[in-house]
Amino acid sequence: MKLTLKIWRQKNANSKGQFETYQVEANSHMSFLEMLDVLNENLISQKKEPVAFDHDCREGICGACSMVINGHPHGPMQGTTTCQLHMRHFKDGDTIVIEPFRAKAFPVVKDLVVDRSAFDRVIQAGGFISVNTGGPRDANNIPVPKEDAEEAFNAATCIGCGACVAACPNASAMLFTSAKVAHLAKLPQGRVEASRRVLRMVHQMDVEGFGRCSNISACEAECPKEISITNIALMNREFFRAAFKSEESPM
Amino acid sequence: MKLDAHIPPGPLAEKWKQYRGTMKLVAPNNKRNLEIIVVGTGLAGAAGAASLAELGYKVKVFTFHDSPRRAHSIAAQGGINAAKNYQNDGDSIYRLFYDTIKGGDYRSREANVYRLAEVSLNIIDQAVAQGVPFAREYGGLLANRSFGGVQVQRTFYAKGQTGQQLLLGAYQALSRQIATGQVELHHRHEMLDLVIVDGKARGIIARNLITGELERHAAHAVVLATGGYGNIYYLSTNAMNSNVTAAWRATRRGALMANPCFVQIHPTCIPVSGDYQSKLTLMSESLRNDGRVWVPRKMEDVMALREGRIKPRDIPEEDRDYYLERRYPAFGNLVPRDVASRAAKAVCDEGRGVNASGKAVFLDFASAIERYGKAEAHVQGIHNPDPATIQKLGKAVIKAKYGNLFEMYEKITGDNPYDTPMMIYPAVHYTMGGLWVDYNLQTTIPGLFAAGECNFSDHGANRLGASALMQGLADGYFVLPYTIGQFLSDEIRTPKIDPNLPEFKQVEDEVRARLEKLLNNQGSESVESFHRRLGKIMWDYAGMSRNAEGLDKARKMVRELREEYHREVYVPGSMNEFNPELEKAQRVADFMEMAELLIVDARHRNESCGGHFREEYQTADGEALRDDENYAYVAAWSWNDGEPELTKEPLTFENIEVKTRSYK
Ligand SMILES: Cc1cc2nc3c(=O)[nH]c(=O)nc-3n(C[C@H](O)[C@H](O)[C@H](O)COP(=O)(O)OP(=O)(O)OC[C@H]3O[C@@H](n4cnc5c(N)ncnc54)[C@H](O)[C@@H]3O)c2cc1C
Ligand code: SF4
Ligand code: FES
Repeated sequence: MKLTLKIWRQKNANSKGQFETYQVEANSHMSFLEMLDVLNENLISQKKEPVAFDHDCREGICGACSMVINGHPHGPMQGTTTCQLHMRHFKDGDTIVIEPFRAKAFPVVKDLVVDRSAFDRVIQAGGFISVNTGGPRDANNIPVPKEDAEEAFNAATCIGCGACVAACPNASAMLFTSAKVAHLAKLPQGRVEASRRVLRMVHQMDVEGFGRCSNISACEAECPKEISITNIALMNREFFRAAFKSEESPM
Repeated sequence: MKLDAHIPPGPLAEKWKQYRGTMKLVAPNNKRNLEIIVVGTGLAGAAGAASLAELGYKVKVFTFHDSPRRAHSIAAQGGINAAKNYQNDGDSIYRLFYDTIKGGDYRSREANVYRLAEVSLNIIDQAVAQGVPFAREYGGLLANRSFGGVQVQRTFYAKGQTGQQLLLGAYQALSRQIATGQVELHHRHEMLDLVIVDGKARGIIARNLITGELERHAAHAVVLATGGYGNIYYLSTNAMNSNVTAAWRATRRGALMANPCFVQIHPTCIPVSGDYQSKLTLMSESLRNDGRVWVPRKMEDVMALREGRIKPRDIPEEDRDYYLERRYPAFGNLVPRDVASRAAKAVCDEGRGVNASGKAVFLDFASAIERYGKAEAHVQGIHNPDPATIQKLGKAVIKAKYGNLFEMYEKITGDNPYDTPMMIYPAVHYTMGGLWVDYNLQTTIPGLFAAGECNFSDHGANRLGASALMQGLADGYFVLPYTIGQFLSDEIRTPKIDPNLPEFKQVEDEVRARLEKLLNNQGSESVESFHRRLGKIMWDYAGMSRNAEGLDKARKMVRELREEYHREVYVPGSMNEFNPELEKAQRVADFMEMAELLIVDARHRNESCGGHFREEYQTADGEALRDDENYAYVAAWSWNDGEPELTKEPLTFENIEVKTRSYK
């Protein structure tokens, strides 16, 4: 199949970017990233700069791949990362528009690569359980109801890709943050510092420049792991409860 | 050189305990002044860095990824072993130890493996306390399943995302230390060389991948936790950016590389579908519990399949060859990975591969769907269920067990494996070889430690499923934090290492020259095209089966390719910018050297064992023929500028009787 690609090119964080148009020949068995590999091989053979994009596992788990494809973070298929998207979902002659995730908190590094370290700092603010290595007792001393464990697991499958932020008109990080808050809040081990955790993580979201949530739920629709917005509701409850009773003000 | 593994004295079961009790300690006020560099934030690196920081050391962590959470460990699917014996099925530390030594075809160290089995218990406790959401029973306790090569249920899992959940646990522990300032994180930083001062590892040269600048980082000790080298083969189940540079540069600076030819080829991966293919996807070993592996008996059926004239289900039972069940009646479809992979290759070499390229076999769930469907109908009180009901019920059972894998398969291939058998083929998956380390996980360079897949320590010639996660976390959480103290206790008087020492400048200049040479090359071929060619040579001659002639040829080919690479490669862009092509170019240059060492090792080991199958050394019915008399040793190599030198570490087995592995 012959495709026209309109790709955002930007040399670095400080320069202005623009769209460039390319033609590429692909086949329907390829993954979307393999199609971009073909484009890059072509560019290299013409001694031009290949398009930079983040990727690693290419099986939908590391969260490295990003990019907005025809207006959708990770492209048009539901519950699918860019690396798992295959060309059989496109047709010969299609024009595909490819841009980086756009958000104030995710500055562009180059072309389609953005800096998502703001997410790491949100986790550093409190997305953990404070136990040191070697301290814990036998694992089966803490029984956890199967349903709770499964709900915690579902929230914990977030891959930290940032599509939720890219999808949100306010560039809010609520889905990402709430997934971690929910994962840990649903487990007895995580309850101990639940209040402190939610206050700190929400505060850090603001510091990083992520926007407010106005319940549009585009995040859920575009999340490749189908993380549920019920996590946001849970986080809001946790937050208000914590803010209400906390001596440690939300900083 | 004589290798001393520094195995502590005492009976096997007491060694680690006694050793720990008598180790030299570093007082808290001294820990504050000791700096440690940890390269890598996979299971081994993140666990290690977090634990060392908790102890009070000052830790600097490096990863080429944009976030520590993206390390390749995130992709592990199936599970992690631990000898908890929660199922009361007779598991024990000794049994896990025994299974691992046997699974590794008697090419690993008893003392290391015993310690691994011992600390496996603590790993699960640690992970649960961190909030890792393992699968649970209705009673709220932890659930287990079995994996290949063992007879007990000791595998803990979190659906098909065990690696993800364990890594997030370690990443969160690490994040907590970053927040306190005890760990300094350098993300998007790639270590490109090791700096040695007065014979000790004292720092690294890293490239800031965003600005392209070279940076010097100094410390009292350096830990490498940089993963495996499977991507030498270009196509593998490893993440695209996994590479050998850190370990290789250490080898170039005097560390030894042990057993590089021990590479694991996993039998159940989605086959190659074209030349553009960039990587291969694993289909978890757990599928072989219910899937039956087969190819057609008759060539005319093979041809008809390839040409699309018939569908797999059109071939009648009697014309199918369930070759694993035929050859290995005792273990059937559940033979270990090395055996299953070779058997698949054998039938494809006979010409009976089922896809267009002839390199695929079927993994069929039809029998399981039928069996589960009938059982489920019985449970639901449906007597004489019709075929449609059986199918419906059976598929639901399969979906509950393997849903996410089936979905992944369908996303990639476009085929629905509930209705048509999966097509699978072996692919490079894991590297048992790696940096030689002693019992303390220290390499032959004092102060340089290696943890996780990048060391060679525990899996011998073949790794059992669900044991890499166990080893990475054992090294990081429970071994290194103690053993590094042995080295550092003698360093308390060493002041902060100065990165302006001439040794740092020297290495930095060398790195810069290497990169500039690649950038200034007047070639015209892409890095990728060379990497593909390297992978093909390695797969053809140093892959699933090897022979002396082929290996000799491959060594020559790799040398020629390497020369051509340095002449013809074209690397776009410049040094001082974000330049993924330059990153790749440097990694592929190192793969080209490591590849030769792998071949040399495979050529020298005149026996077949585990993942290393030499065609000259097989039994009459095609099974691996080990030579314990001559090859019961660890082969540790120095690079020596392309004329590798071998040092042997003999392996002695005092607690286990060495036997032939048989799965018939
Ligand atoms: C698809 C798949 C499924 C698997 N499933 C299982 C399973 O179910 N059970 C099991 O036990 N094992 C499994 N394994 C194996 C297991 O996942 C790995 O062996 C293990 O995770 C390796 O961990 P590690 O910490 O050693 O290295 P990795 O996780 O590979 O981490 C390497 C780290 O080093 C960094 N790094 C590397 N080089 C440099 C450098 N030069 N400079 C800076 N940073 C660097 C990287 O950024 C990364 O952070 C699987 C493997 C694959 C491929
Ligand atoms: S919530 Fe979904 S979209 Fe957001 S980071 Fe997690 S996986 Fe990505
Ligand atoms: S490359 Fe890892 S999720 Fe896409």
